[in-house]
Amino acid sequence: MTSQTLTSAAPARPSTAESSLQRSRQRMAWLLVAPALVVLLAIAGLPLARTLWLSLTDAQLSDLSTRQFVGLANYIGDAGVLADPEWWGAVKNTLWFSLLSVSLETVLGLAVALMLNHPSRLKTLLRAAVLVPWAIPTVVSAKMWTWMLHDQFGVINAMLLALGLIHQPLAWTADPDLAFTTIVLVDVWKTTPFMALLILAALQMVPSDCYEAAKVDGVPKWSVFLNITLPLITPAVLVAMIFRTLDALRVFDLIYVMTSNSRTTKSMSVYVREQLIDFQLAGYGSAAATLLFLMIALITVSYMALARRRMEGH
Amino acid sequence: MKIALMSAAAVLALAGTAEAATLKISCGAVGQELELCKQSVAEWARKTGNEVQVVATPNDSNERLALYQQILGSGSDKIDVMQIDVVWPGILASHLADLKPLAGGAEKAHFAGIVANNTVGGRLVAMPWFTDAGLLYYRKDLLAKYKLAPPKTWEELATAAKKVQDGERAAGNDKMWGYVWQGRAYEGLSCDALEWIVSYQGGSVIDSASGKPSINNPGAVKALETAASWIGGITPKAVLNYGEEEARGVFQAGNAVFMRNWPYAWALSQKADSAVKDKVGVMALPKGGTNGRNAATLGGWQLAVSKYSKNQKLAAELVMYLTSSEVQKQRAIQGAYNPTIGALYSDKEVLQANPFMGNLYTTFTSAIARPSSVSGNRYNQVSNQFWNATHDVLSGKSDAKSALTALNASLKRLAPAGFVAAK
Repeated sequence: MTSQTLTSAAPARPSTAESSLQRSRQRMAWLLVAPALVVLLAIAGLPLARTLWLSLTDAQLSDLSTRQFVGLANYIGDAGVLADPEWWGAVKNTLWFSLLSVSLETVLGLAVALMLNHPSRLKTLLRAAVLVPWAIPTVVSAKMWTWMLHDQFGVINAMLLALGLIHQPLAWTADPDLAFTTIVLVDVWKTTPFMALLILAALQMVPSDCYEAAKVDGVPKWSVFLNITLPLITPAVLVAMIFRTLDALRVFDLIYVMTSNSRTTKSMSVYVREQLIDFQLAGYGSAAATLLFLMIALITVSYMALARRRMEGH
Repeated sequence: MKIALMSAAAVLALAGTAEAATLKISCGAVGQELELCKQSVAEWARKTGNEVQVVATPNDSNERLALYQQILGSGSDKIDVMQIDVVWPGILASHLADLKPLAGGAEKAHFAGIVANNTVGGRLVAMPWFTDAGLLYYRKDLLAKYKLAPPKTWEELATAAKKVQDGERAAGNDKMWGYVWQGRAYEGLSCDALEWIVSYQGGSVIDSASGKPSINNPGAVKALETAASWIGGITPKAVLNYGEEEARGVFQAGNAVFMRNWPYAWALSQKADSAVKDKVGVMALPKGGTNGRNAATLGGWQLAVSKYSKNQKLAAELVMYLTSSEVQKQRAIQGAYNPTIGALYSDKEVLQANPFMGNLYTTFTSAIARPSSVSGNRYNQVSNQFWNATHDVLSGKSDAKSALTALNASLKRLAPAGFVAAK
């Protein structure tokens, strides 16, 4: 972030007229961000570069030393990632998962945030209670839901049966027609609090004089929400959505714990792990990992460009 | 005086820890495995004065393999002794110590087939600990109630299961199911599917002589169609996410007529807290039609010593103790873990605790091996494709014919020149 603002600030002034003071300030700025950049390069840049390099070889995880350079064969070869129908199945699953879960979480999160935004004595308590699902580690909540959704011993089926909504216990995580929806719903349960909290923070930043003015003018509540609240919280919501989308595109633990290796719900990350660890194909797996990285980068960049244009348009 | 005594004690304690080594062993945790492992290990530790820590590992065998591969791949000495599946020696051999010089000929008492399986390139990489074969568990009381004989073929099983299930549901137990097994997309499904296919004379996925995939044949298609027809009828749809323990949960709670499982389920079904105590019979899995054969997949677990262990010799001694006749007998009696030492199958106490070990002796000795030796270090990929194709058929996403045609083609892509040549 810091380096971006620095570089974008520089061309704003004519470079020929740069004073020595400016130059030294810039040098100082670079010096100050240097440690962060070095750390970032070491912990993110190096592994990424190594993955890229491995993806061009036929390395096996059990013996990385005897690898051979194979060019782009892991990507576009006959047996490359892009020729594997299972990869495309995983891409489809991941994109659907991200789209569905992030949209649902945003809508529900907004609803929860609006409810929490009303001054009430219960508010503090509720705010803490809402955060519980987010505080539980994903593996734990995935395992917990697996048991609650169990077809024979699960509490969800017992409740639905008692209410007469179903006549046969449902196999939530096994039935191919249900497994995907189940995963999305559990993810929504887990991450709605995150959305709600970020949106709540944005709601509390909306200046109260806007609302007071609207009240004086007798503007209906619905219109207040559409014309005052929503535009003012949109930037924060968009940022929250980026975070969630990034998370959702990398989804792994929830799917892995709840439905293991099933093709019905396999995400890109599960696919990458399977190739890298289960099959020991360090080269091929790295190629898949690189594609996953590129896809996330592409989606993030285009999303941010879109969001920026929208905000500038307003 | 007091201080002097205390410091003397402290010095002694320090000296004690310096001499005795600490070993780390990972055992499975399916059924009573972990409990029995801890018990035997503690016994050895008491006898030898060393300390042994038992590391818990995942139940799902592919997850366990992945964990081992990660630990071994990094050359870590985190685990000294590990329990490995019968299909892993080929995959893990390069990380395991040769036990032959340390075994002192003890391996000769074990089943020769398993010792051969555990010998990779002339090195004995693991000692046999217990062997497994898929068995059919059935409710004696329910079959008697409905005047049914134990089924000889899968078709008979389906008919019997349906009859009992309908009868019991009408009588008030609406949780009753006919047949439960392992249908999750994991190694266990490969075992179950291999049994169906071999029982219908459909071969064992890859022909071991030519190394070519042999899965696309009418027997295999018939086998998968039969299995798919059970789902939703006599088998709950949730079986598509069941492993061994989930299936046992349903059966042991008294909610299934038949179950496919490994021998360990026997001992647990006979415990005091089991709802089906004294009501369970064990037999060989049915034949595929009248022209079919009985088939049980060979399972079983071995103990291996990591090459990266700092105490290889001591670790090997622990392995020798755990795989000894004495410990295997104890495990057979307490946990129904099948010994790998032939002589124990005529031991009175073992047979009294596990009558099926005598009756089904040939089932264990003639169990079908998964195509692990022919596919070598690519067994994992073969098995993954096999269970995924099977899972697609079972869940109705694909029909048996096209799934097996696709599987055959993708196995060919894995090894265009055949698996033996590729190895």
